[in-house]
Amino acid sequence: MSSIHTVRLCHLYPHMMNIYADRGNIAVFRQRLAWRDMALVITEIGLGDDIEPGQHDLYYLGGGQDRDQNLVAKDLVAKSPALQAAADAGGAQLYVCGGIQLAGHSYVTADGTQLPGLGILDLTTEAGDSRLIGDLVIDATIAGTTHRVVGYENHVGRTRLGPSCVPLGRVVSGHGNDGESGSEGAIYNHVIGTYLHGPLLPKNPWLADLLLGWALDHRYGPDVVLRPLEDTIETRAHDAAIARAGVNR
Amino acid sequence: MAKRPGRNIPGYLALDAAPSTLTRVRRLAGLVASASGWLSRKLGRGGGTTLPGVVLLKLRPDAVAEYASDLGHGTVLVSATNGKTTTTRLLAAATRAAGYQLVTNTEGSNLERGIAAALLKGHRGADLGLFEVDEAALASIAESARPQVVLLMNLFRDQLDRYGELETLVDKWRDLLDELEAHHEPPVLVLNADDPNIAALGEGRTNVVWFGVDDISHAIGEREHAADATTCRDCGAPLQHQVVLVGHLGHWTCPNCDTTRPIPTISASAIELKPTGQMVTLLYPAPTGPRVELTVESPLPGLHNSYNIVAAFAASWAVAERTKRPQQAQSVARAIAQTAPAFGRGEQIELDGKQIQLLLAKNPTGVNQNVRTILASPGDLHVLVLLNDRTADGQDVSWIWDVDWETMRTRVGSLTLGGDRAWDLALRFKYGGFDMDNVKVGPDPAKALDIALAATPLGQTLFALPTYTAMLDLRWELTRRGHTEAYWSDQT
Repeated sequence: MSSIHTVRLCHLYPHMMNIYADRGNIAVFRQRLAWRDMALVITEIGLGDDIEPGQHDLYYLGGGQDRDQNLVAKDLVAKSPALQAAADAGGAQLYVCGGIQLAGHSYVTADGTQLPGLGILDLTTEAGDSRLIGDLVIDATIAGTTHRVVGYENHVGRTRLGPSCVPLGRVVSGHGNDGESGSEGAIYNHVIGTYLHGPLLPKNPWLADLLLGWALDHRYGPDVVLRPLEDTIETRAHDAAIARAGVNR
Repeated sequence: MAKRPGRNIPGYLALDAAPSTLTRVRRLAGLVASASGWLSRKLGRGGGTTLPGVVLLKLRPDAVAEYASDLGHGTVLVSATNGKTTTTRLLAAATRAAGYQLVTNTEGSNLERGIAAALLKGHRGADLGLFEVDEAALASIAESARPQVVLLMNLFRDQLDRYGELETLVDKWRDLLDELEAHHEPPVLVLNADDPNIAALGEGRTNVVWFGVDDISHAIGEREHAADATTCRDCGAPLQHQVVLVGHLGHWTCPNCDTTRPIPTISASAIELKPTGQMVTLLYPAPTGPRVELTVESPLPGLHNSYNIVAAFAASWAVAERTKRPQQAQSVARAIAQTAPAFGRGEQIELDGKQIQLLLAKNPTGVNQNVRTILASPGDLHVLVLLNDRTADGQDVSWIWDVDWETMRTRVGSLTLGGDRAWDLALRFKYGGFDMDNVKVGPDPAKALDIALAATPLGQTLFALPTYTAMLDLRWELTRRGHTEAYWSDQT
């Protein structure tokens, strides 16, 4: 099986940035490849580790506690060029919760400290005076098609987008980026940032497949096809979460 | 402790020689509050264990402080993410056996209203208050209860939508301990040396009794995924665990600075785990000379309960020290031996020739321990998991992804999933590699119970892991079928 298609995942700070069930997103990447006789190889990157340029097709950064996020923000400065280059080269990147804040230009914490960001997504974040918590439903439009995406949000940051990135979607129910603009998340090239956890990918498998498709494209070109999977349980959990949020499918 | 005249007479309705207007108002408030609980039960509106506290605090906002100041030996507060109910029950049995007259909230809510209700009902003749306290409510309750002993056992990630991040709680607890230390009579702190976050709370303080588990034969290979205390509180470097016992509890050091696990004052030096309980050998300081050993038998299963047992023993030791009473180690051991599992925390219910064991599912570390305990049973396992997302459960169900369910994949004989978010559970097990053709899924808890029971052979045990409100649903269903008593009649 030497010709098995393999996605190389770079998992950033898995032992620090993992509090919003980020493990579930990784499990979805792994299983949805395995069910198609493909493989996922994971490289875990922690404080002080180097990212080898060009060696990964997919990057993931999840959410963490404030203390850990502060340590990570400082550590990411040295990794910024490699991640920026990967984003420009079409590598797929997913930044969830604390991740979207770190992918932007900067994050101003509650005590006024400005933490550096990667600057991959054109956005800035500032701590608000209350946490935005609850079910979150959005309509995400990517490449002309719109999907209803469901999850949960829990963040104190208020994220505002600059002119060179677009929101991932419009809020149907919940708070989104800042609780007032109606925008949620951000997308640039094959880079997605979002506050949606729950975790995000199990109940929204099309988004997992989109990211996996981009990653395979990055490594093998556009000829590798992801065959459809049976997603009955995914759909039922998706619909149950939407019903809970009190909106229509 | 100084007592105000006229307020320490046993019997709430006993008349003072000349009751002041204030005393009359307090009594009336107490009467009204008590009546509300009676009325609630008569109307079938649930246990009525908390309502009197709500009413009392409306009429007398300082009720907890007023009652607490009347207790001759003061109060003991117990808090943790996991194990506070079981440990408070163990400690209640231990202190009663040692001769204290106890007022405690082991049957009710662990918020201020629950403690107020317990005091209202049980303060007469009591000389010691023992209260389980919600971790987020600890600071405000400690302010009014002015504890003599505070037992802090562990902090794990739990319902982030309710409690927020762990670090925030740790900081709140540290501020509280600083404040308590400034009092003229600071409490004795009974702290878990094996939890790096709890250990950091005791750093630099002198009034600490440390407890921990020294028996490393039950170690797991590495920290569980849900472990949180992974970096040093002092310098931020990644902590090294030489031994992991439960979640991030174990024997740890910081390789960067000199911070390390404190040496326990009282420890579990040998633990023998059995499917239906355990033997724990405790090492504790003798009045003179070296530490002495005492072996305790307990019907509580699992290593997490070893921690509860050593914590309760350490706290009972601290209470005796603080109140200058002689140690009653043998009677404490007997009391621990007689303490059965608390409501939903491993209790067994007989049903048509089968057993149901209820194992409350609250958070990743707690469920991991329950799964570990289940795995100690021989043969195929029959398992029912119920997931609700109501306020008391936590509305964010993402925590189920942090549980290591995969460890029971090859052992499951039947698996039934239910509750409001049954399909989220189904997704979790699907991506955990379970064969979903053999998993039954449906939200209705009564139907899920039927299916799970039908799949459990005669003479065997169905292990039920419900979230809090799902457990109430399940208990209600079992009560309706006449198999167990309603929870408010569950006296200890």
